[in-house]
Amino acid sequence: MTRVDLETKVLSENERIAGGLRSGLRSRGIYCVNLISSPGSGKTSLLEQTLARFDSGERLAVVTGDLQTDNDAVRLARYGFPVKQIQTGGACHLDARMIDKAIADWSLDDIDLLLIENVGNLVCPTSYDLGEHDKVVVLSVPEGEEKPLKYPGIFFRSSLMILNKIDLLPYVSFNIAKAKENARAVNPSIGIIEASCTTGAGLDEWMLWLRLKMATARSEHGAQTEMTARA
Amino acid sequence: MHEMGIAESILQAMRKDCANAHVVRTGVRIGEWSGVNVDSLQFCWDALMKSEGDQCELEIEFCPRQNRCPECEWVFPVENFQSDCPRCGCTRTAVATGTELELSFFELEDEGAVYKA
Repeated sequence: MTRVDLETKVLSENERIAGGLRSGLRSRGIYCVNLISSPGSGKTSLLEQTLARFDSGERLAVVTGDLQTDNDAVRLARYGFPVKQIQTGGACHLDARMIDKAIADWSLDDIDLLLIENVGNLVCPTSYDLGEHDKVVVLSVPEGEEKPLKYPGIFFRSSLMILNKIDLLPYVSFNIAKAKENARAVNPSIGIIEASCTTGAGLDEWMLWLRLKMATARSEHGAQTEMTARA
Repeated sequence: MHEMGIAESILQAMRKDCANAHVVRTGVRIGEWSGVNVDSLQFCWDALMKSEGDQCELEIEFCPRQNRCPECEWVFPVENFQSDCPRCGCTRTAVATGTELELSFFELEDEGAVYKA
């Protein structure tokens, strides 16, 4: 018997493609976010509200994943920005290769923000790097405050949690303080925004977060370009 | 749910790196927070081996969530999401284990078989 010891990632092929995507995005100053949640938490509504708040001349694009149908793409295309639907045909998550294929015929030089809506699932998307800057997890009020403890993997890897559908707080027993405490127990550095796509609450804060991230990605790219120019 | 995909990725890596040798055992490290269920991965691997007509054992090492203390270097299990250092009380501990999704070894049948040949 010969034993070969290894320390490679099981998903090394996905990591390789994600790495290529990441450097392609960063070298152009494009900010990329991967939105993850359970089915029905309001990712598509949040994206609709997000797109509605950008001016038509702004340079953003959306990739949305679902097992079946192009309903989400149809909903999102109404805002006039480029949208691609990935139908996974049953797969419970997006992987880097799917993103790579979906954006292949877009000119990345014309994009400043790439929004990815993952398949509604809190488990499987956890394992797959898509080359994004940040994962953002959406938790809606009717789902209960224990979600972060039940699915720690995704809350642990997310930079931001959007507590969505807070307009429903009067109608459901949801302990919002406990929800935040649970998320911070899993990930002490997670950002939290309370939002409602029905009332518009918290959406300004979300847009600010997004614009700040875009500005950071742009300035990092600028600094990089300047350094290269000086060298 | 995506464990069949994970099993296929393991097989793919195995076939790519050990094209000329028969692998009798493959080791993987799976973290508690990796998003992969070890029982269902084992089930998927066995099913995959059957359908491929291959016989390679999958040895899964489960890695619990542990943190390391930057002050006293203590490594401790994170239970009930309590991540403060139980030895010195430091609150800035960092993840040490529990997020792994890694290949740890291939065991080849033939003595002196060539890896990555």
